[in-house]
Amino acid sequence: MLGFVWAFSQGPVLADMAEKNPNVVVVSQDMGPISPFSERFPDRFFDVGICEANLIGVAAGLAHAGKLPFVFGMAPFVSMRSFEQIRTDCGYNRNNVKIIAPCSGLEGGHWAATHHAVEDLALLRLIPGMTVLCPADPGEGTRAVLAAAAVNGPVYIRFGYIEPIEGYTEDFVIGRAPVLRQGSDLAILATGASVTQALRAHEILKKDGISARVLNMHSIKPIDRDAIRKAAEEIGRLITVEEHFVAGGLGGAVAEVLADLGTGRLLRLGLQDEFVMEVAPYPDILRLVGIDAESIAASARSFLK
Amino acid sequence: MPGKKLEQSLRERAATLRRHILKMASNDQLIHLGGSMSIADFMAALFFHFLDVEGKNRPRDHFILSKGHAVHTLHACLAEMGKIDVSEFSSLARMGTRLAGHPSPKAPLVEFSTGSLGHGLSVGIGMALAEKLNGQGARTVVLMGDGELQEGSVWEAALCAPRFGLENLLAIVDRNGLQAAGKVDDILPLDPLKEKWKSFRWNTQVIDGHDMAAILRALKRFPAKTGPSVIISNTVKGKGVPAVEGTVRAHFTSLAGHEVEAALAALEVSSC
Repeated sequence: MLGFVWAFSQGPVLADMAEKNPNVVVVSQDMGPISPFSERFPDRFFDVGICEANLIGVAAGLAHAGKLPFVFGMAPFVSMRSFEQIRTDCGYNRNNVKIIAPCSGLEGGHWAATHHAVEDLALLRLIPGMTVLCPADPGEGTRAVLAAAAVNGPVYIRFGYIEPIEGYTEDFVIGRAPVLRQGSDLAILATGASVTQALRAHEILKKDGISARVLNMHSIKPIDRDAIRKAAEEIGRLITVEEHFVAGGLGGAVAEVLADLGTGRLLRLGLQDEFVMEVAPYPDILRLVGIDAESIAASARSFLK
Repeated sequence: MPGKKLEQSLRERAATLRRHILKMASNDQLIHLGGSMSIADFMAALFFHFLDVEGKNRPRDHFILSKGHAVHTLHACLAEMGKIDVSEFSSLARMGTRLAGHPSPKAPLVEFSTGSLGHGLSVGIGMALAEKLNGQGARTVVLMGDGELQEGSVWEAALCAPRFGLENLLAIVDRNGLQAAGKVDDILPLDPLKEKWKSFRWNTQVIDGHDMAAILRALKRFPAKTGPSVIISNTVKGKGVPAVEGTVRAHFTSLAGHEVEAALAALEVSSC
């Protein structure tokens, strides 16, 4: 389902948090109620309208004065239009602002490229002191929100077109990538909604006798260098999958770690240096970009040749 | 302090702030002189009368210098408050200094680091919202430049503040009429500025920002019954430095020895 659904479904968690902590506030932009938070704490719910720069500035001011603001902002707009406010007012000024960003990755689908957030991971991870999270399923989304609340510093949480992953209850530790499937022929490092596609690719490859390790890279920053090192040393061939440009996002981050280590071979799947110009629903766009399960499996086979 | 005495003391304080800034602009040091000089009177009134930025006698007030390049006046205030030593002025821009060219966390009592224009008012709204929840009566003051008002984010914030009431928020526009490369009126005019703020539902006053009595009267009208307040403070860029007053050069310049001498002499007369 759309990241919006999962982002808004954090309302009860935030309301519980607000019950215990009087400093918890929510700043939103024309997204309607965040129930039941907005009904239970109307004086701590601020809808500032459609103005991203102001949205982040207001949140930074609230945090500076001791509040714990959770911001709801559309990923493509909050990450780009207010990038400088995030960088300067939250990063440089060290303000404890948590940004919950739906409409991320390619979930905008047929709304076309204005609504694709495929630069946010690269932009946000540039900022010193920033934590960048990209949960793989709704349960993990809630665990990410709780983990973010415990961080003393700005956090960006990207909510994409995620589905529940059956039986997935792994503890959420920022900077640690859970291994969801063991494997020895290659490692697929996926983030957000791409984790589900990677798990399906694992099954497809299994039928071909290819054993793929699947890692859930829910923390883009800090990134799990140890998990990447292990995959590079134990397996050698790594594939990254993300709804993002391969430059600067998960693929970029993993490439940096491998370059530091001087080991491993990497294939980066995601948007190459082109906008998605085709108009299509979400599943078709994944196919066009080459990051649905079948395409991942096909890329893996060629990569292993 | 009774009115006339307070006025006189703040006038003298403003003259002292200007003397400090003159020191910073000496010795070939290029500084944002003009915008620092234009706010000196208002800054004297804010820091030595209106605001309690240390929370000594009431909940701590918030001050954001959104036109961050005018930081030299803020540093001068810090010196007058005993937070930095006048001898530090000569360290400006040198390795290891606490005095940056914009408000930075290196200097004491800098509430928020600015420099990129158009950030302060939104941040001020956030602080004012927080203080409204706290209910302790702390004030939030955001000082902007008139050139800064060309930033769209200022108008996002201007539209937003009245939506939440925010009687505890005061914006000041230092309207010195000049920006980096010329007159605001020539580059991107703001007129009718008073009407703009009024139509955005701000309690709007326009004053002579070098008239201490007018500044104090305007501050006395804060807070308004409902909504945030803005004071458009008409000033002269480089005020107090005859060599550069009202010129484009005033924006970013150093001063020759004789120019400093002339300014010091002019200050002697004006603060009496």
